[in-house]
Amino acid sequence: MEISDSRRFQDVAIKSVVYAFLIFGAISVAIPYAWMFVTSVKPVEEIQSYPPSFIVKNPTLVPYKDLFRLVPMMRYIWNSIYVSSVVTVANLFFCSLAGYAFAKHRFFGRDKIFFILLGSIMIPWQVNLIPGFILMIKLGWLDSYKALIVPAMAGVFGVFLCRQFIMSVPDDLVDAAKIDGCGEFTIYRLVILPLIKPVLATLAIFTFLQQWNSFIWPLIVISSGEMRTLPLALSVLNGQFGTRFAMVMAGAVVATTPMLVVFLFFQRYFMKGITMIGY
Amino acid sequence: MAHKKSLFTQLNEQKWSFLFIAPAVLLFLIFVLGPLIASFYWSFTDFNGIQAAKWVGLANYKHIFLNDPRFWKSVRNTVIYTVGVIPPGMALSLMLAMAVDQQIRFKNFFRTIYFIPSVTSVIALSVIWKWLFAGEKYGLINHLLILMGLKPIDWLMSPVWTLPAIMIMSIWAGIGYNMILFLAGLQTIPTSVYEAADIDGANVWGKFWNITLPLLKPTMVFVVIMGFIASFQVFERIYIMTESEFGIGGVLDSALTIVAYLYDMGFRKFQMGYASALGYVIFAAVFIITIVNIRFVKTKVEY
Repeated sequence: MEISDSRRFQDVAIKSVVYAFLIFGAISVAIPYAWMFVTSVKPVEEIQSYPPSFIVKNPTLVPYKDLFRLVPMMRYIWNSIYVSSVVTVANLFFCSLAGYAFAKHRFFGRDKIFFILLGSIMIPWQVNLIPGFILMIKLGWLDSYKALIVPAMAGVFGVFLCRQFIMSVPDDLVDAAKIDGCGEFTIYRLVILPLIKPVLATLAIFTFLQQWNSFIWPLIVISSGEMRTLPLALSVLNGQFGTRFAMVMAGAVVATTPMLVVFLFFQRYFMKGITMIGY
Repeated sequence: MAHKKSLFTQLNEQKWSFLFIAPAVLLFLIFVLGPLIASFYWSFTDFNGIQAAKWVGLANYKHIFLNDPRFWKSVRNTVIYTVGVIPPGMALSLMLAMAVDQQIRFKNFFRTIYFIPSVTSVIALSVIWKWLFAGEKYGLINHLLILMGLKPIDWLMSPVWTLPAIMIMSIWAGIGYNMILFLAGLQTIPTSVYEAADIDGANVWGKFWNITLPLLKPTMVFVVIMGFIASFQVFERIYIMTESEFGIGGVLDSALTIVAYLYDMGFRKFQMGYASALGYVIFAAVFIITIVNIRFVKTKVEY
């Protein structure tokens, strides 16, 4: 009797600590976002008034109007959407195609080629910054969509992910399709693709996320005002208008909200994907 | 395969195979492997991006290691950053994971909210935190300090506080991602192990030290390795928080990290040969650290 009482007390105590900790953590995560939203609708006087407050007395949309007036924000949003979408679609196609061949075909040098590809995951990206930049100069691709899109069209990791997943598809299915007279591309399209939808969803989400948030590569290869993607635009905004906090925060809201919404809708895939690929 | 294929079928199948892997392999050759080799060559030259590269042998590497105080400053900063971010970040995310793993209400809500920073662009996070860390009394964090009776800090203008400020943001930003990994690790531990410990009368701490921690080792290794790699390559937050007309890295290079230094040398000073050598030094460092981590763990993970 006594033991179970102390157990119950212990349980309640632990639960309270757990909830307090979780709530404190959640507030800590939320505050910077709340501060971003609040600042983005504050008139100048309120930003400069002390003490800083989460309550806006006269909320205003002027920072957003300034933002869209002073810089071609719509163009930046479009650049980000366009580049991220094209790269994502290309990755889905090329990675699953290569993944299928590496998983189910037998061909000359298959394992060696795959091993070299896989090994390149170890290479830190910054080694490629300078030669990548020079290559873009040589190709005449600087400051173009091509520079942002083409090098990213088939990530090695995506190939690896698709291969692992397709290996679990029974050989019998592929063989049966062959006996039915299906061509290789038809097998890929009608047998393999429908079976690997989960991994394609994960790959799509992470590729899109990565492209949407990508910064260093655009920073290096983009020079003109209208080719910027959102993160790059935000960084320039921060440099040029660093003291106009409301407007910079409005820019941050524009850059983060779309991804936030996508995440809230597809979070199941995000969480699963992370443990699957360790993004 | 039981039956032997005819030569024709074999060739036919191989043709399709090469066609299928061609886009991925060609892109890899052109945009990864080719540049990598070019960069290795440039690291032994005085290449500046415009004139033809002149061979200088090991001069760049020698200069990096023997004669470059900025490089060593950036190494020092990167090490401080890594050591200051990974352990507290891991401890906090493990605690959160264990808290979320309990039988609690709003589990998904908490999980979701902690994860949000991981899907936000680092640029946006850095811009927000730059504003939180704003100097004097206008920054929210300084306001908190004042409320606690402390003096406000000129965070991003001070050689002492710039790097810690960025580290604080990084710990905050990384917790949700590590939490998800730990959560997955926790769920691989069978409840029967805990039940057995209950029967033996183990208390909460005993269970944590003797069951949870040892069985989480594989997850921890993964988290540490990923943390090391990310820390060694930290750049974007440094760029946003410290960029000024004088360059990046903060007052007196107080937050200049290795990759920030590489960027500065390559894309502001256009010493591309030298920066290529820096790139390979980072490559080697990341490689060695990963190997050491895996080794270290292999010897100690037996349980």
